[in-house]
This record gives sequence, C-alpha cells and structure tokens, in this order.
Amino acid sequence: MAKLPKPEELAKVDFKPPKTGWMDTPANLKPGTFCWGAKAKNLQVVDFPNARDWNPTEDDWKLPKEWEGTVLEAMADRLSKYRSFKLFLDICVRCGACADKCHFFIGTGDPKNMPVLRTELLRSVYKKYFTNSGKVLGKLGGARELTYDVLKEWWYYFYQCTECRRCSVFCPYGIDTAEITLMAREFMNLLGLNTDWISGPVSNCYTKGNHLGLEPHTITSSVEFFLDDIETITGIKVEPTFNRKGAEILFVTPSGDLFADPGTYTAMGYLMLFHELGLDYTWSTYASEGGNFGFFTSNEMAKRLHYKIYAEAKRLGVKYIIGGECGHMWRLIHQYLDTWHGPADFLEVPRSPVTGTVFENACSTKMVHVTEFTADLIKNGKLTLDPSRNDHLKLTYHDSCNTARGMGLLEEPRYVIRNVCNHFYEMPENTIREKTFCCGSGTGLNASENMELRMQGGLPRANAVKHVHEKYGVNMLANICAIDRATLKASMDYWVPAVGVTGVHELVGNAMVMTGEKERTQDLRLEPLPGEEGNE
Amino acid sequence: MTLRDSLSERKENIIEKWFERIIDTYPPDTSRFLKDQKDRFANPVGATISRGLEGIFEEILKDEQDQAKVSKFIDNIVRIRAVQNFNPSQAISFIFLLKNIIRDELTVDVLHNHNADELLALESQIDGLALTAFDIFMNCREKIYEIKSNEAKDMTFRLLQRANLLKEKQNHVADDMNDVTQ
Repeated sequence: MAKLPKPEELAKVDFKPPKTGWMDTPANLKPGTFCWGAKAKNLQVVDFPNARDWNPTEDDWKLPKEWEGTVLEAMADRLSKYRSFKLFLDICVRCGACADKCHFFIGTGDPKNMPVLRTELLRSVYKKYFTNSGKVLGKLGGARELTYDVLKEWWYYFYQCTECRRCSVFCPYGIDTAEITLMAREFMNLLGLNTDWISGPVSNCYTKGNHLGLEPHTITSSVEFFLDDIETITGIKVEPTFNRKGAEILFVTPSGDLFADPGTYTAMGYLMLFHELGLDYTWSTYASEGGNFGFFTSNEMAKRLHYKIYAEAKRLGVKYIIGGECGHMWRLIHQYLDTWHGPADFLEVPRSPVTGTVFENACSTKMVHVTEFTADLIKNGKLTLDPSRNDHLKLTYHDSCNTARGMGLLEEPRYVIRNVCNHFYEMPENTIREKTFCCGSGTGLNASENMELRMQGGLPRANAVKHVHEKYGVNMLANICAIDRATLKASMDYWVPAVGVTGVHELVGNAMVMTGEKERTQDLRLEPLPGEEGNE
Repeated sequence: MTLRDSLSERKENIIEKWFERIIDTYPPDTSRFLKDQKDRFANPVGATISRGLEGIFEEILKDEQDQAKVSKFIDNIVRIRAVQNFNPSQAISFIFLLKNIIRDELTVDVLHNHNADELLALESQIDGLALTAFDIFMNCREKIYEIKSNEAKDMTFRLLQRANLLKEKQNHVADDMNDVTQ
C-alpha cells in the first residue's frame, strides 16, 4: 500500500517559505492570478512595439532581440526625466510601514506583494546598472541583473498592483509605489508585454472613443433604453441631446455606465437629474469614455487618449465639463491634465447655472465632479428629495481610491448620500476615506481569468463591508467609480452575498421628486419601492 | 474527568497551537504579520482564522453542536483558502491538524482517564468537520466559476441587447440567450 501523506505534509502550501531568498526565487505564474497576454492586433492599432500574439504560460514570450538594452535605456531616460522616480528608488529605508498596507499582500499572503518588496523587484535592477554600490557589491548590495526570470517576475507582480496608493499614505517619505508600478509597466510595454484586458480597451478607445468600442448609434440606443425605463418609472419623457454644438456643458462619464449593471442605473440617475434641472448640456458619442486604460500602459498613451474629452469640448464650443462617477478619470484630470496639456483656458471656470456657485477648485481643469455639482444643488435647496424611497436600503460608502486619495473627494458623496437616504453607516475608520481599501480590481485587473487574484485583493474591502452588514444590516454598497460598480458586484457575490452595489446618482434618481412625475411605485431597477411590494 | 473536561481545560493552549500550525504554513514575513496584527480590518486573514478556530472549538466542546454555527466558522476560513494559493487538500487540511494537536496534548490524560473511546468519537467528529469543509470548499470554487460565467453572460447580454438581437428585455440572461439561438 502506498504511503499516505500526513496532514502536516498535505498542509505544506505552495508559497511555503522558499529555501532561496526572494531574489533567487522566480515567479510561479498560477492560473487565476494573471491576465491573458495582449493580442497583436490591439497593439498594432496604437503602434506599440513587438505586437504579436503571446501566451504568458508558455516559456517563450517572444521578446524582441536585445530587450535588456531597451529596458535599461528606457530606465535611464525615465530616471533623467522624472525626478520622483529616481527619488523613490533612492530614499526608501525599508522601514516596512507600507508592507502590510497593500490589499494584495493582505489577501494573498505573498511577501512580493508587500509594496516595499514589489518595488525592490525593480530597485534591484536599478542598483545593478545605475548605482556605484550596486555595480561593486552586486547581490550583497541588493543588486541583480535583468534576466528573463526577473522580467517575468516584474510582469507577474506589477500586474498585481492596482496603483491604489494606499501604501503611500503610510510611507513616512511619501514614496508613491504606484509610480514605480507605472514605470515598470511602461518598460514592459516597450517589449509588448501588456495584457489583453488592458490593450483591448486602449485600442477601442483610440479608434472609437470608448473602452467597449461602441459606435455613436450604439451609444444613443443605449441611452434610449434608459429613457424608456425612466418613462415607465416616472411618466416623464427625458430627451437628452448628443454632440450638440453650443450647449453650455459637456457631460462625460465612463462607458461602463452605458453598458454594465449597476452602472446603467447610475446613468439613469444623471439623465433624470439633468432633465429636472433643465440643464443646457449634451452627451458626446466621441468623447464617450471617462476612463483611460492608456494610463495602465504608458504615460504617453494615457496622454494620447486623455485629450479627446477636451478636444470634444472645444469642437462643441461648450463652456465647461461635468464628469460622471468615474475613478481614474478624476485622478488624471486632477493630477496629470495640467502637466500634459496645460490649463484648459479655452473653457470657462465652471459655474452652476442653478445655484450660481463657482467651482473654483476646477478653475484650471474646467471639469466638475457630478457629486460636487449635486451636493451644491442639495446644499442650496434646489432639489426636492424624498429619501424614504431608499428606505429599503441600508447604505455604506466605499471611497474609490482615485477620487479619495487622488483628489481628496471625501465629503461630497457622503453629503449627497445622507440627503437621499435615511440609513447610512460608515465602515471602520482604517478602511475608508484616504485609508480606503481598493476594490481589488483596478488598473485593468478587472478581467475574469484572474478571478482568484481579484477575490484575494478584494478581501480587505469586503471584510469591512461584511462587518457593517453583520452589525447594522447594511445591504447596499455605494461608490462613485465604474470599475468599482463592476468589480465590487463580483466581490460581494463571493464574500458578502447579501450586499448589492450602487452608484450614488442611482440613489439620487430614486429620491428626487421630479416636476410632473406620476406616483412612483418602482425604483430605477424597476423593483417595487418600499411599501409597494404587494402591488406588483 | 471526561475528555471534554480535559479539552476545556486546555482550550487556550490547543487553539493557540492550532492557529500557529496554520499560520506557519505562510512565509515568515507573512506569518509574523498574520500573528501580530490584531486589528481585524487590517488583518482579515489572521483574524478570520483566529475567530474561526475558536468558534469551531467552542462548538466541539458542547454536547450538541449547532451545525449551522460550525459551518459558518468553517466557511469563513475555507472561503479565504479557496482563492489563495492552495491545493484543495491543503485548503481544508487545517481541520485535520486539530487531531494531531489534541493527541499531542491529551495522550497522557486519555491513558490516565481511560477515555480512549471518547477520543475516537471526537476524531470521528473532526472527520465530519473535514467533510463539511470539503462541501464548503466545493461551493466556493463553484461560486468562482459562476461569477466568471455571469460576467461573460452579462457582457454578452448587453451586447446582444444593443444590437437589437433580443426580443424584449428580460431578467434572466439565459432565457435571452435562448431567444437568440431559437
């Protein structure tokens, strides 16, 4: 009879401490934790190098000749161009303050997901080729050569970072690990090492203006679906315009709001709100995407995709822009726009036509966040609200990384929620606001083939939701990011199945009493309102 | 003294050993964090395992276990291990570790008190917990695949809807998919 393994032997896990140090332990790509490689056709569209079909599970990644030189040249270039990059590589003292703050480390237990060690994967190469100590001391000085295994390790772990920047909140030096990941991904893109889930949307965005590749007629027909539902619910026929020159305001939101539930209900909320206000605004079927997956490839690609919003604002001759509930769009507007394209001086500083409030915080970008806009309306008593229509919901609010840490938008969404809902409960202090935990699937990691990774990365957020669910009976998780709306749905389904996901303007659409509306019996999901359950 | 009395006396010791045996399967840097960080929101894996083991053990001590409660505690732990880097057997093996720890801790007591039959009954009970863990593990894995397929279905549904290939808006994607193929 064959010898049966003992329980202790069975319990030896795959990432049981390796006998070799981290530097000599190559990455083991486990299915469920990485995305498929980029397809040649999508890289060709945007003139990215080394476009070819490739498979990360195969040994040969079909790299260009002398790829090491390409990476090192790019590293030298970025070190001279971006002072922050050099500084972040030089000043870390390995204090470990960041180590346990990453949702991927917390969820996977893999030490290479500690931000300090993830950065070390790249820093060790920097040391070898760009510092005297590294050149002389080699491995003893924490330096190592750039090899095929190192490159594969980069690809594996820098696509296990969502650039959420939680670790940077805790770093005493303010080192922004997201910038390290940005650089690593930039180098890898020079070798054609991207993922299908990112390069597909980049290609679509470049040719069609949105991640999904929706053409103008598809976008208008998407919105028409919502209009039918709004009329069913309220009896009001909303008539938005598209690509209308001379409108006062251009409205831009992620295409996920037009395509994926529950984002679609959020889009209905915008439509209802703007109709009720009689806002002179237009949608664009060309600048039809707030998100920018180019940001997950290279700085240059992000810049190329980003400007379409402003080009469209110029073409239509609007005065300013309102932006919808999106995540990284806002980080790019807030932190990158001025550097890339300079202040948008051809537009006017946003001024609410309803309240007269001037949004001076947007005096450079000329773009107002829709929750700022709505919070101002509520503050000035311009909306009639019946929060009891949301009484079937017990809300908590997930701060999206990009809006919370990237632009400090903390109060406005909460103010709106408190005014349109009667039951709102915060998650624990160390999981919200600037310390918010990532959804676990940002920066283009929201594919399906890496679902196990998404669930591990999503655990810290879901764990906090579970707490308020058990303590207060919370059954709905609000947020202001399209990737959150798409990915937290899966995360909740796995970790806390009794909790749904919503955008904030879905809640506004439910609570807002519209002029001339019929008596409402359904919410925006066409489900019965509280008290109407028996009247279906 | 019954076996349960002995277990009850050494409860803290047994749970602590059980916890450490599980946590030590992680790399040293990780296991230090999982043991030392006591904030349950900063360390959900460590906290869930710790609370889960205590809950499971408490139930074992009772004459009549609340199956729903035991399942919940096991679920909380297995749900995490089902997506971490474990083989199926590794994911649920933590249940069996309890047998070894109890044997190590109580062999002398069992011999002294002549309650080997109780020990055998307890071990059978622990085997039962392992079967429960196996069911839960399978549910978790099936859930992962269900989420994956739902994401694909949702996307396809909307694409078909946009392309006006669906007869009417319906709630169930599968029905709509059938409409298209018929």
